[in-house]
Amino acid sequence: MSDRPHFLLIAVAALVYLFLMLPLVIVVGAALSDTTYLTFPPQGLSLRWFENIFEISAFRRTIITSLQIALLGTLIALLIGIPAAYALNRFRIELPKWLGTLFVLPILVPEIVFGFALLKSFTVGTGAPIFLSLLIGHTLIVLPYVVRVISASLASFDFSIEEAAISLGSAPVKTFFTIVLPNVRAGVIAAFILAFITSLNDVSVSLFLTGPGISTLPIQILAHVEQFFDPTVASVSVLLMFLTVAVMAVVERTLGLTFLAK
Amino acid sequence: MTQPLDLQAVSAHYGTTKVLEDLSLSVQAGELVSLLGASGCGKTTTLRLIAGFLTPTTGSIQLGGRDLTRLPTHKRDIGLVFQNYALFPHLSVLDNVAFGLKQRGMTPAERRKRAMAMLERVGLAPLADRAPGALSGGQKQRVALARALVIEPPLLMFDEPLSNLDAKLRVDMRVEIRQLQRSNGTTSVYVTHDQEEAFSISDRVAIMNAGRLMQFDRPEVLYRRPANTFVARFVGFENILPFKVIARDGDMVTAETAGMTLRLSQAVYGAIPDTFLLATRPDGLVVSTDPTAEGLPAQLGLRTYLGRAYQYQCETAAGHLIANGSLTTPLEAGTNVKLVPMPEQCTILASEGGR
Ligand SMILES: Nc1ncnc2c1ncn2[C@@H]1O[C@H](COP(=O)(O)OP(=O)(O)O)[C@@H](O)[C@H]1O
Ligand SMILES: [Mg+2]
Repeated sequence: MSDRPHFLLIAVAALVYLFLMLPLVIVVGAALSDTTYLTFPPQGLSLRWFENIFEISAFRRTIITSLQIALLGTLIALLIGIPAAYALNRFRIELPKWLGTLFVLPILVPEIVFGFALLKSFTVGTGAPIFLSLLIGHTLIVLPYVVRVISASLASFDFSIEEAAISLGSAPVKTFFTIVLPNVRAGVIAAFILAFITSLNDVSVSLFLTGPGISTLPIQILAHVEQFFDPTVASVSVLLMFLTVAVMAVVERTLGLTFLAK
Repeated sequence: MTQPLDLQAVSAHYGTTKVLEDLSLSVQAGELVSLLGASGCGKTTTLRLIAGFLTPTTGSIQLGGRDLTRLPTHKRDIGLVFQNYALFPHLSVLDNVAFGLKQRGMTPAERRKRAMAMLERVGLAPLADRAPGALSGGQKQRVALARALVIEPPLLMFDEPLSNLDAKLRVDMRVEIRQLQRSNGTTSVYVTHDQEEAFSISDRVAIMNAGRLMQFDRPEVLYRRPANTFVARFVGFENILPFKVIARDGDMVTAETAGMTLRLSQAVYGAIPDTFLLATRPDGLVVSTDPTAEGLPAQLGLRTYLGRAYQYQCETAAGHLIANGSLTTPLEAGTNVKLVPMPEQCTILASEGGR
């Protein structure tokens, strides 16, 4: 046997990639079409449907809202999730079963149900503003991902490193920032990206929490498709993809490169 | 900069499980004391109490007259060396060593100077800019040592620092540790489960078992005069037989076990109580084929080759014993012999309840 993978293996891998990429190709193609209806392959090339996104004020507003919610929700989830994951791993807390379940609950319970529950219990119950409801809902759906990912990262962190720092005179809280955090940076980046994308693409929870005047981009896309069948949907999808990639790149640049350089 | 350490009647619990009971230990200024014992006997727990990662349920810990018992770890000023090195992966070797100096508010230039000087002492100055990941195990442990020493702590503690190194390096490193410790005169507590390691580098050794201190003395005393059967077995007195004195004649004592008698001199063994345990190493029982020899009648069983001697499994009326015999005359299984105790490889222990 040689080290080269079998040609069949390569063929299968190529097919899988093709299958994964195909929808992207179709969406990008459709977005560039010059027609007033969705079609593939594109007929005539134009950027007018991208321009159209910004001409529709609902899209402009929801893009901003979605980004705000995703960014704030992710940051809040990190703020809560990092200390939670740290405490769980540092003190090897054996969670009571029900509490462990609580952390995966938002993953297990269908998001639709979760969204409905939030609507019932929170928005209707307290009459909280829509933006706040959305923010809380999104924070809650991404929190389990954050805790899980950072926990995985902390599980391979040797806490005697932290103890060494403390024994050398570094106060515990300071040690967390100077010693622990730099060593789980990869986990924080992964958690950030995962949470941000999850929030940005969420439909089911947002569906219940959006209301008059405030909506998120995926919800606005749904609303738009119900009325129009023009390529705007495709171009918005492409934009969403680029936003996601851009955020990943920025995070990777600011947090990632120094991490890779260590 | 060197201070005595004093543990007084310290107990520790994990949850409701008691892992240390009434441990009292005094380490003199500049002394290196080892905690020696099987895995799980509470050595690390003792270090963690002294370091402040764990709070004792009772008792107190003093360092140079300072009461450490409730002081947080980062204010204790104790140098720690861990088994797995615990270097900061994201910092260079130099920054690892300078870390403690930084916490002490030293200027970058001063930090660098001192850290480099310390690296020089452990022979790692050329590797100052490396990442810890790019070092061998021995080098990592040297960096850890330098990092702990550079803050000039009044107390240094080691938790099995050499367990992850190979045998040859282990011996070199322990000499190096001892030399550095000696020249700095730093009071040190050294945890190991390796008897040779503990005995070779320590001023005194504390032998622990199941959360209790069994004996605390100089290695020479532990080796020759264990205080109880636990320590006796630990240091290699593999044969322990209960005896009753049946006659005394001046210094000479006649003692009996399972119908066998032995005459022992109090001039050699010290005062012998009416009931006692005779503990011998395999080397301390001479295998004699002379039927008139003053010893315990035995029948030889399995013979194994140790290189420096043959070892025999022996059956006696009092039970199973292990004796080493000379290389010049290998004896066959089934041979009837006398096992003659050699006083310098034997010791008398007080009888222990239930034994
Ligand atoms: N975090 C912990 N929680 C519960 N029990 C522990 C913990 N750490 C150690 N123990 C128990 O305490 C006893 C002493 O452990 P330790 O001090 O680590 O022993 P040693 O270092 O001598 O091997 C052992 O029985 C061990 O199982
Ligand atoms: Mg241990």
